[in-house]
Amino acid sequence: MSHVFTDTGIIAGRYIRQTASSKLSLLFGALQPLLFLVLFGPLLEDLHLGEGGDSWQTLVPGILVQLTLFSSAFAGFTILMEKHNGVVERMRVTPVSRLALLLGRLVRDSLQLFAQSLVLVLVGVAMGLRAPVAGVLIGFLLVGLLAAALASLSYALAMRVNSPQEFAPVVSSLNMPAVLLSGILLPMTLAPGWLDTLSRFVPFRYVVDAVRDAYTGHYADGSVLLGAAVAAALAVVSLGLGTRVFRRVSA
Amino acid sequence: MPAAIHTAGLTRTFRTKNRTVEAVRGIDLTVEQGEILGFLGPNGAGKTTTLRMLTTLLPPTSGTATVAGHDLIADPKGVRERIGYVAQSGGVDPTVSVREELTTQGRLYRLSRSEAARRTEELAGELGLTALLDRPCGALSGGQRRRLDIAMALTHSPALLFLDEPTTGLDPGSRADLWQLIRRLRDHRGMTVFLTTHYLDEADALADRLVIVDDGRVAAQGTSAELKRTYAGAADAGLQDAFIAITGRRTQREEEETPVAV
Repeated sequence: MSHVFTDTGIIAGRYIRQTASSKLSLLFGALQPLLFLVLFGPLLEDLHLGEGGDSWQTLVPGILVQLTLFSSAFAGFTILMEKHNGVVERMRVTPVSRLALLLGRLVRDSLQLFAQSLVLVLVGVAMGLRAPVAGVLIGFLLVGLLAAALASLSYALAMRVNSPQEFAPVVSSLNMPAVLLSGILLPMTLAPGWLDTLSRFVPFRYVVDAVRDAYTGHYADGSVLLGAAVAAALAVVSLGLGTRVFRRVSA
Repeated sequence: MPAAIHTAGLTRTFRTKNRTVEAVRGIDLTVEQGEILGFLGPNGAGKTTTLRMLTTLLPPTSGTATVAGHDLIADPKGVRERIGYVAQSGGVDPTVSVREELTTQGRLYRLSRSEAARRTEELAGELGLTALLDRPCGALSGGQRRRLDIAMALTHSPALLFLDEPTTGLDPGSRADLWQLIRRLRDHRGMTVFLTTHYLDEADALADRLVIVDDGRVAAQGTSAELKRTYAGAADAGLQDAFIAITGRRTQREEEETPVAV
């Protein structure tokens, strides 16, 4: 088991150094959510969005989850490139732990997401967001769990398919309805009954609701706990599946 | 001295919804320690599948194998610790520096940080990569990239090295350099080399012994001279003649390079 930790550290270190040397990709990764915040956020300022908090407490958590959905769901692209270059196969012939091959990547993804989320929240504060520090930290924890879940699934899918042409349509077609039905941009409580009901079948909705409640300081009304439970369950199932694929698949 | 590789009845079957393909139908193979074995066969003969099984990338459907002293099925991790593998397409990230790739590879083989750094310098010196250590792998020429691939496979001083078509795409100079390096590994380190190639001249020049597979089975094996004598009628005949006599086909490479009469 100690090898898993050591190997995870080695793999994570490699990818962190690689990501840190590509500052431009870090910046562009956070650019779209920042544009949403700066160019879309002001439109909502005077609207009543049917939630406990103000528009920034509604929008920033939504954009955080959107950033997580997009960056994590497409994380598998890096594996496709590495498969093409023979890197995955080369690593699989070493004694490195199979679980570490997945966990190391997830550590890098989580750190990258944390850095981008931090920038997003700081820009949000400059735009007018006011939220309790504990709520912001709970939000980071929830999107971290969600990121681990989605990135695991994305890596598992990328290990199974052979080309970006197979990978991208699957991810895009799953991601778009997830974004629309999670109430990322506007709360689903504004939706007509049928849409609100439909969105309750999308697990990400509970995470969005939980982060919003955390940002308004409503920790005790159950939605934070429900969101955390959903995110944790997704992470456990997805990590299990991802590990299974990394152990078994012939890359 | 135990064999570096010993397989008995090794098979691999691929099943899809519509059909079943028996890629390897029972390979019996012994590779002695310190020898360079040329593993040849026409396209689709089962070379790559066998190589992938022996390097633990693909579990066999049936059969037994011992690789570098470890049971392939019961102890694949033990096998991985003792073998080096150079894939046909290499295995480095073009955006990462040569130093980063070599050091990380050492760390994956459980070398300490300082050992991995020392080994990186040592291998770079041996393989003429010192001046390139801080360049991104994508900036290397084909020959330099191949030397890096081999350096990566040697990080942990393996007893057995698998080379999958190592000279494909290299210019004649780089190819000659690589042949020299492979011979040096055998002569100076006593390393066993399992080499697949489509170039029959390469197999002829480098390998101590040849195994020719066809249709998922070992079709013939022996030294180059033995195969030529047995299948082409004379020890000084061309290996191509023996190969055609054994398999009824040219190698894919020879087919590609044979000019078409018009």
